[in-house]
Amino acid sequence: MEITIIAETQGNQLHAVTRQLVGAASSLGVSPTILCAGGVGADEASGISGVGKVLSVNGDCFSTFDGGAWATAFDAAAGEGVIMGAATAQGRDVVSRIAARRNIPVVQDVVTLSDGLNMTHPIYSGKAMQDVTISGSCGITLRANTFSPAGDGGSAESATVQQSGDVKIAVKEAIAKASERLDVSDADIIISGGRGMGNPENFDKLYSIAEGVGAAVGASRAAVDAWDPIPHSMQVGQTGKTVNPSLYIAVGISGAIQHLAGMRTSKYIVAINKDPEAPIFKVADYGIVSTWEEALPILASEIAKLQ
Amino acid sequence: MVEIAVLLKQVPDTNAKIAVVGGRVDESAVTSWVTSPYDEYALEAALQLVEAGGGSITAITLGPMRADKVLKDAAALGVTKLVRIWNDEWLDLDSNQVQSVLAEAIKESGADLVFCGKQSADRNQGSTGPGVAEILGAACVVEVSDFNAAEQFYLRPAASGSEKVTVNYPAVITFTKTESELRRPNVRGIMMSKKAQINLVSSDAGASQVTFKGHTSPAEKPPGKTFEGSDSVPEVVGLLRDEAKVL
Ligand SMILES: Cc1cc2nc3c(=O)[nH]c(=O)nc-3n(C[C@H](O)[C@H](O)[C@H](O)COP(=O)(O)OP(=O)(O)OC[C@H]3O[C@@H](n4cnc5c(N)ncnc54)[C@H](O)[C@@H]3O)c2cc1C
Ligand SMILES: Nc1ncnc2c1ncn2[C@@H]1O[C@H](COP(=O)(O)O)[C@@H](O)[C@H]1O
Repeated sequence: MEITIIAETQGNQLHAVTRQLVGAASSLGVSPTILCAGGVGADEASGISGVGKVLSVNGDCFSTFDGGAWATAFDAAAGEGVIMGAATAQGRDVVSRIAARRNIPVVQDVVTLSDGLNMTHPIYSGKAMQDVTISGSCGITLRANTFSPAGDGGSAESATVQQSGDVKIAVKEAIAKASERLDVSDADIIISGGRGMGNPENFDKLYSIAEGVGAAVGASRAAVDAWDPIPHSMQVGQTGKTVNPSLYIAVGISGAIQHLAGMRTSKYIVAINKDPEAPIFKVADYGIVSTWEEALPILASEIAKLQ
Repeated sequence: MVEIAVLLKQVPDTNAKIAVVGGRVDESAVTSWVTSPYDEYALEAALQLVEAGGGSITAITLGPMRADKVLKDAAALGVTKLVRIWNDEWLDLDSNQVQSVLAEAIKESGADLVFCGKQSADRNQGSTGPGVAEILGAACVVEVSDFNAAEQFYLRPAASGSEKVTVNYPAVITFTKTESELRRPNVRGIMMSKKAQINLVSSDAGASQVTFKGHTSPAEKPPGKTFEGSDSVPEVVGLLRDEAKVL
């Protein structure tokens, strides 16, 4: 079986999930080829253990994101078999377009993968799981932080190909993030606040704890809907972001099913809520029945002691 | 003037419990079916675009008879062209099959703009919009969270924050949550929708290339530990460091 990985990048580097894609391919006994859009991350990619080959796909279309154009370029550069990407907005877009071009199926957000190809992916926002098998060629995207990353020590051969596609999307204006704060999608620790925080100013307490540990601050929909300073980009859940961090701390969040949909697969969940009956405690590894007014100052000082 | 096709999928209410019986999600236990949440944002955007610049909307769903409801609900908001695609033999359609039958109906509608959800609330794939775009030879802007009907630009996420983009037609736009919640129908709209005509089309989806193995319920987490009061915070931080090793 042949696996071609579409590298996921972040700025001028590989995104951490790219190593996880290589790890997943290696677990199937395959040395994948990695395609790097415009060559971004190619040097790092050739040093990842288990990689068969690195192809820098260079073309005009890679200066901005256009899934259609990128898919055209990658399709021309990629081999047969499995096209693998990360289950991010761009990854899903590009991989589904390559699959549609090739008339092969795509399965997104895969969380287990074994030879055959047997795959599991969540459906109904994680309320159920679906098992499927594909024997032929296909596109698949993998959920971040689910597969073990491949390490260093590789020395894959590296080549460059020229391929581009028709760009049909024009960027008129780039709008910088409201703040330079870490995004929940990229964080390994998330501390989220809900309506129980009382007002948006109280989120400052969450920000100051988050800064100490390199965490991102998230929010429930009730907080996002109620308070303008809490943007939708912070929302975790069914109609917000799906996150999968090592540690998720929910503060003043009841744990509605739509919120759980976005964070229940977090490795460790801590809940701080004054209501012992709050449903969030059902998914919490460590539940603290307390008001945040009492708990957060202690949390802040205990975390500070660790640094 | 623009012809817009809106893809509306019927899904269980997001509050619904999803039970797995005999290796398959028990849909018969679902009592409340709704339009998939992101598709509602797509529909509202289409209504606003047509209000601003003229044109018309075709609402398209792929689903069994119960899915007529999402079309009737759209009709109550003034959508007049309603298409449901179904074939009683269909079960577990793969991404290609879904995309090809939807693309066929979109072509039939004459639309040059397709609005849909970024992800359906049941399958959660996020593959239909881009896949349909590929089949139609269209551009696709994904995860749009705001748009300007007059200038026809769309706001999408970008590494740096977000960006306003314009797109050549034909185009597919997939919507995430926007500021514009779907409007409510008025009484007249509801009356009209009762008489709305739904065009039922059947189609040949070809064979699935994906073998369905079964559904399972997610692994239950072992019950966690609960601590009373803020005095327990130092202990919990200790556990996060020593037991969980995440701090
Ligand atoms: C289609 C749909 C999609 C949705 N998508 C999402 C989504 O993506 N994300 C999401 O989060 N929700 C979503 N929701 C909304 C969801 O149903 C809940 O309404 C929402 O999650 C509630 O947010 P909350 O827990 O912050 O607020 P509440 O339910 O009001 O809970 C507040 C909690 O704070 C606690 N509290 C109050 N004061 C204190 C204090 N001083 N100290 C400690 N605890 C305190 C209370 O005990 C309570 O448990 C969606 C709903 C629908 C219908
Ligand atoms: N059966 C369907 N009927 C109508 N629209 C659909 C259907 N399946 C998917 N879509 C559209 O495609 C979007 C993405 O779906 P998915 O690829 O399943 O996550 C949905 O939000 C809908 O707008």
